[in-house]
Amino acid sequence: MRFGIVTFPGSNCDSDAYHAVADVLGAEAVRLWHKDHDLQGADVVILPGGFSYGDYLRAGAIARFSPIMREVVAHARRGAPVLGICNGFQIACEAGLLPGALLRNQSLKFVCCPVRLRVENAETLFTHRYAPGQLLSVPIAHGEGRFSADDATLDRLEGDGQVIFRYVDETGAVTDDANPNGSARNIAGIVSAEGNVLGMMPHPERAVDALLGSTDGLALFEGLLDRVAA
Amino acid sequence: MSLFSVAVHIVPRRGLLDPQGKAVADALHSLGFADVRDVRVGRHLVVQADASSAADAEASVRRMCEQLLANPVTEDFELEAPRPA
Repeated sequence: MRFGIVTFPGSNCDSDAYHAVADVLGAEAVRLWHKDHDLQGADVVILPGGFSYGDYLRAGAIARFSPIMREVVAHARRGAPVLGICNGFQIACEAGLLPGALLRNQSLKFVCCPVRLRVENAETLFTHRYAPGQLLSVPIAHGEGRFSADDATLDRLEGDGQVIFRYVDETGAVTDDANPNGSARNIAGIVSAEGNVLGMMPHPERAVDALLGSTDGLALFEGLLDRVAA
Repeated sequence: MSLFSVAVHIVPRRGLLDPQGKAVADALHSLGFADVRDVRVGRHLVVQADASSAADAEASVRRMCEQLLANPVTEDFELEAPRPA
């Protein structure tokens, strides 16, 4: 099982993602350049965080037209896993792999801190190693993370179990204070209708080492490794 | 073919929270512009493109908006009439 991590001009979490899967998890990983036309046999594609193309126009709007994205979209359309983290989530939405959009944080501030997440669906490819309702500590670092979609789309996401992570407080309650960016219904991460594309604003790849404060992100990568390898 | 200039206004869709617009409205209120009801902050683009007619230029820029310049989920756009550049 091979992870492929895409680097766009302006990506800055590609090395973190590579470190998480290659060094911490010990999985096979390959780095993919945005101008490549070949996923080099990657089974799981990670679209990492950062500021691809300087966030010009809108975050992710230009990265979606990178040459590699043609292959990434085809990979996703075949039902293969794609993990979009932070800017990767924004790119996945712009590319039409996920519904909705990520808008400027309600506070207008860039927010960089650990947040509490609740696992809303523990039966996905990405979350089966977590318990339903499990609380995680995972960092966020973004200025445009306010998930937005129309009410019909939000209802469909909720009804179909596509809301995967929600921002909650220490007790696991969904509150406005626990919502770091004003996301609709405190949504922090969603999967596609087919369940093979996950987009999330928090950074699980930065929560894989106790030295850095949390290992709660590791189970996501472990889950992909054992499910995709199997 | 001749060169046309088409101005595009892109604004957050009405009903969506626009925190930038709200911050600007608050600042205007504090300056004494009490009449301000709402402000929405968007983007203004000017596209210069070759086209066989003003109608073709407008149609072309409209497709650009639909495919890249505006996000159909969250933004609305308006075009000004193309002008010879």
